[in-house]
Amino acid sequence: MLYREAGQFKTSYAADQAIFPLAQDRIGMAIILAVAFIAIPAVANEYWLQTIMIPFLILSLAALGLNVLTGYAGQLSLGTGGFMAVGAFAAYKFATAFPEMNIIVVFLISGLISAAVGIVFGVPSLRIKGFYLAVATLAAQFFLLWLLVKYPWFYNYDPSGVISAPPIDIFGFAIDTAVSKYMLTLIIVSVLALATKNLVRSHIGRGWMAIRDMDIAAEIIGFRPLTTKLSAFAVSSFLVGVAGAMYAFLYLGSVEAAAFDITTSFNILFMVIVGGLGSVLGSFIGAAFILTLPIFLDNFPRMLGFEISVETVTHLQFMIFGALIIFFLIVEPHGLARLWTITKEKLRAWPFPY
Amino acid sequence: MREFNETLLSVENISLSFGAVKALTNISFEIKKGEVLAIIGPNGAGKTSMLNVINGFYHPQEGVITFRGEKRRQMKPYDAARQGIARTFQNVALFKGMSTLDNIMTGRNLKMKSNILSAAFYLGPAKREEIEHRAVVEEIIDFLEIQAIRKTPVGRLPYGLQKRVELGRALAAEPDLLLLDEPMAGMNLEEKQDMSRFILDVNDQFGTTIALIEHDMGVVMDISDRVVVLDYGRKLADGTPDEVKNNQEVIEAYLGVGH
Ligand SMILES: Nc1ncnc2c1ncn2[C@@H]1O[C@H](COP(=O)(O)OP(=O)(O)OP(=O)(O)O)[C@@H](O)[C@H]1O
Ligand SMILES: [Mg+2]
Repeated sequence: MLYREAGQFKTSYAADQAIFPLAQDRIGMAIILAVAFIAIPAVANEYWLQTIMIPFLILSLAALGLNVLTGYAGQLSLGTGGFMAVGAFAAYKFATAFPEMNIIVVFLISGLISAAVGIVFGVPSLRIKGFYLAVATLAAQFFLLWLLVKYPWFYNYDPSGVISAPPIDIFGFAIDTAVSKYMLTLIIVSVLALATKNLVRSHIGRGWMAIRDMDIAAEIIGFRPLTTKLSAFAVSSFLVGVAGAMYAFLYLGSVEAAAFDITTSFNILFMVIVGGLGSVLGSFIGAAFILTLPIFLDNFPRMLGFEISVETVTHLQFMIFGALIIFFLIVEPHGLARLWTITKEKLRAWPFPY
Repeated sequence: MREFNETLLSVENISLSFGAVKALTNISFEIKKGEVLAIIGPNGAGKTSMLNVINGFYHPQEGVITFRGEKRRQMKPYDAARQGIARTFQNVALFKGMSTLDNIMTGRNLKMKSNILSAAFYLGPAKREEIEHRAVVEEIIDFLEIQAIRKTPVGRLPYGLQKRVELGRALAAEPDLLLLDEPMAGMNLEEKQDMSRFILDVNDQFGTTIALIEHDMGVVMDISDRVVVLDYGRKLADGTPDEVKNNQEVIEAYLGVGH
């Protein structure tokens, strides 16, 4: 009975409408934030921050973006990498054209540009659904990358095609250490995750879910399919675009189309499926899972004394991903986040199962 | 016997076909403001098609619909909703992944105006709006006696309760005209009685005009002011329950071959 709502009576709809109506959830969230904002920067070394925490947060944001579109609005997309690339190149163009511009503003503008591109590619979703839409987004993925490589204007005519992201500073603070990059990433991702959580609980999010669950009924109660779907494309591409810009500037340190290829799109889709379709928390869990699985597979057998080759690890990784995705798609489309909710429900009843 | 004079909606000479199938042929009738109108008829008679025409989901090849004095041939379901027409479906059409509360909240979407930015940051106006509409939805939840399933995902509810939630979602729009497609199908006697009571209460308390399709003649006779009978896409009869019950053609359609 550690986890229950007994005694926590809500006296107003405002209280019931809070993001975490239960005290235990609020405490849990406070602990996570304290760890993320205080403990991790204090104890983690540069390697951990730069190769694990920063990409984890950024890819969680990308997964969250895809989750808005696929999990909440029910529109499958295989073009996530393409939209990350749009965000990354937009940030590069803006940061080089206006070196004085605050980097957060640059990221937000990149997100808006990605959102605009997302709206354009979202238009076909009004006519086509499911498999055909997925193929259309796949076409977007290839088209966008092709475009960004084809026209040298996008990379300022740099002959190598791989350009380093310009150094960044905020209000005079140089963002050049792993800790400062981590903190900047953490702040942006936290704010956007909170905003997304609010959005999916609002009438806008309910419209997305209504279109997802039964588009005809949604239309009959007054949701316009056009604005509802395109708003999902816009918000999704915005988040993905910001993630792309951050991925280039705060993680890779360079801007290159190859970093956002189809594999990236699939990886982010796997994160959403494993973490949980239609769950903000799930996007983070999924990203953590997909990122740590290879590291785990690398080290765990060795710890047990098995010597396995790098190739075997890669094969194992593919097999486990494949099996997990099939499992989650068939058995639990709401992913690990749903398993967590079930655990909470059980804990709520514990020790009495009924 | 209640009297209704003002016409809320009229359909004139509506014909609708799907290829060679004539779903509706030259149908005309009126729905009076404030009444409970039942549309009855054997399977495949065109009842659902008629509702679909009224709320803009099907577009008839011929005929005119006049709603609140405004003539039209067809409109988008979205516009019908905006003008105050709400409905429920023969096969429950709820949003399965959402809770009872959220499903009913969707019914208020046309009244919610906050934009993406203020919703994302749950700013003052967005928060106030959400809470204001939540209060209205809670009244509907009380009215339909579904407090206990407020937070339950509707996919987990038994059929009878789903029908009730769907009625709640339609009511949340505060419609002038409520179309109910077999609201009591698949219910046991007790559930039917509850649903009949809700329908009459809605009509009584909110003055909502109701057009409903129903197969159970007992229910139809009990709750409707007027009955329109369809058969093979044509209108057979139109009158008070007593008139219709004693109409020879209606008796034949119901007792005749195949039914
Ligand atoms: N979308 C459609 N496409 C093709 N034919 C249709 C369509 N909708 C309805 N019909 C046909 O129109 C006729 C009337 O159907 P409708 O669903 O309106 O009947 P109903 O009176 O509601 O019957 P039931 O009591 O079984 O619900 C039927 O022959 C049906 O097959
Ligand atoms: Mg029908």
